[in-house]
Amino acid sequence: MESTALLLIEVGGLLLVLSILGRIANRIGVSPIPLYLIAGLFVGDGSLIPLRESMDFFHIGSEIGVILLLVMLGLEYSPTELVKGLRQAKFSGLWDLLLNALPGAAFALLMGWGPVAAVVFAGITWVSSSGVVAKVLRDLKRLGNRETPTILSVLVIEDLAMAFYLPIVSAIVIGEALSQAAITVAIAVIAVLLILFIALRFGKVISRIFSLHHLESLLLGVLGLTMLVGGLSAELKVSTAVGAFLVGIAITGQVAEEAVRVLGPIRDVFATVFFVYFGIVTSPATLLPVVLPALALAAVTIGTKVLTGYLAARAAGVGVAGRWRAGFALTPRGEFSIVIAGLAATALSAGNAQVAQFIVSTTTAYVLITIIAGPLLARIPDTDWFKGAVRRRAERRARLQPE
Amino acid sequence: MGVRIERVDLPGIGVRNDILTEGGRRISVIGYRSGERDIAIFDRDDPDACTDSVALTDDEATRIGEMLGASVTLSKLTELGDGAVGLYTEEIVIPVDSGFGGRPMGDTRARTLTGSSIVAIARDGQVIPSPGPSTVLQAGDVIVAVGTRKGLDALADIIDRGPR
Repeated sequence: MESTALLLIEVGGLLLVLSILGRIANRIGVSPIPLYLIAGLFVGDGSLIPLRESMDFFHIGSEIGVILLLVMLGLEYSPTELVKGLRQAKFSGLWDLLLNALPGAAFALLMGWGPVAAVVFAGITWVSSSGVVAKVLRDLKRLGNRETPTILSVLVIEDLAMAFYLPIVSAIVIGEALSQAAITVAIAVIAVLLILFIALRFGKVISRIFSLHHLESLLLGVLGLTMLVGGLSAELKVSTAVGAFLVGIAITGQVAEEAVRVLGPIRDVFATVFFVYFGIVTSPATLLPVVLPALALAAVTIGTKVLTGYLAARAAGVGVAGRWRAGFALTPRGEFSIVIAGLAATALSAGNAQVAQFIVSTTTAYVLITIIAGPLLARIPDTDWFKGAVRRRAERRARLQPE
Repeated sequence: MGVRIERVDLPGIGVRNDILTEGGRRISVIGYRSGERDIAIFDRDDPDACTDSVALTDDEATRIGEMLGASVTLSKLTELGDGAVGLYTEEIVIPVDSGFGGRPMGDTRARTLTGSSIVAIARDGQVIPSPGPSTVLQAGDVIVAVGTRKGLDALADIIDRGPR
């Protein structure tokens, strides 16, 4: 068969299957991401129906998927929101980092994968999935709740922190000498700060490049600028994802709103490709041995995330029930964990292929567990027995400490 | 008119505006970036949680806004008379089985028989100000009448009995 024909057949067939999976996920009210990952597992190397011609397409598509995921994330935040979030939630951001990054790092060291993998896993367990958490809050009708701004500001800080963390990971995983890595990281940090500053000061000017009246040129323009900056940042070892995120932040106001609308459908296509591709590069054979460790890691880091949310909501003056709600809502990990693992795996596969494969398969298992368990756990504080338990505890405490 | 509205940013989603009512309940309107909105009512027991939130379409939100606005106009009208000596305002509902439904307002002969004036009609959440004798009443209308205590009582009787 002609190779282009085969490519179209493979891509088309897979997209059709994904569309059905997406509908099923929507019907039962879960995130489609785990289903996309599992679909990818079935078509990767050494699996049931391996793809032959479309591997390159899915590879490049997944790169574009990361760029689009990140630029959309940036577009959804305005620079003022980021600065405000940073100011309001800096302490909860710090707890979040300590409580959730350290278990990941300790896990990688315990498994004997070395310090580089430790830095990678610190990020994987640290960052909650903004997309999944926001969707859970909306589905459970909690957007009006008092703890919600606290949850969202933790997410904002994590996303912003990624702009600094990803360049560090990129520098470390390519095995640069310490002095060289320090320079790369310094360049990255300066670039990030510079772009943030430009976005805050001159966001309107940048947005003015684009016309609101011609949506086609707006679409091509934003897409072009994002890929260009993404490529340039990769050249500077700052990671494409960070470049794309910063472009999203720099574009503000009405242009940002329109850009979200026109880019949305393309993002949906390529983000799906991204999740599938991660499933594809996970070899099913290596998945089984890491299921138990991944379960343990998930259990520990779900616990630490609950604690993070609890403490953050307490600091914001939210009542006990709201603290638990904030804690459980934050538990799903998703797109960023996969971005980090993908970044590390690509860089490591040349030098230390075995560790790279372990990182990929553990992350797949880990994300599958937390992303399925998280939204279910988020419902616990709404159950009657949980509310009852919180109330009984408050009453007991009130009796023990008479005024 | 001190109404406290609290504005809270929801990064990446939109804004939330809360109103704390005199009765101590909290109602909030969540405005999404995309222009949609939800209205949420807070839990009595847990002040941090909302018991329910309802998504409203553009049209529904406009209608609710109109209804609330109209009821405010009505209560302002009602307040109007209460200060004046011997002059009262009353809201009288035209019952569903009333004979006045579908007949012009002049048929009540309110001014002639009772000395009271009908100054407004509230219908479907809207207020028809200064209706004339030819304005057709509908069952379910609320008429706002101004007059003496005696006159208003007489008018209420007429509305109850229906046209002769």
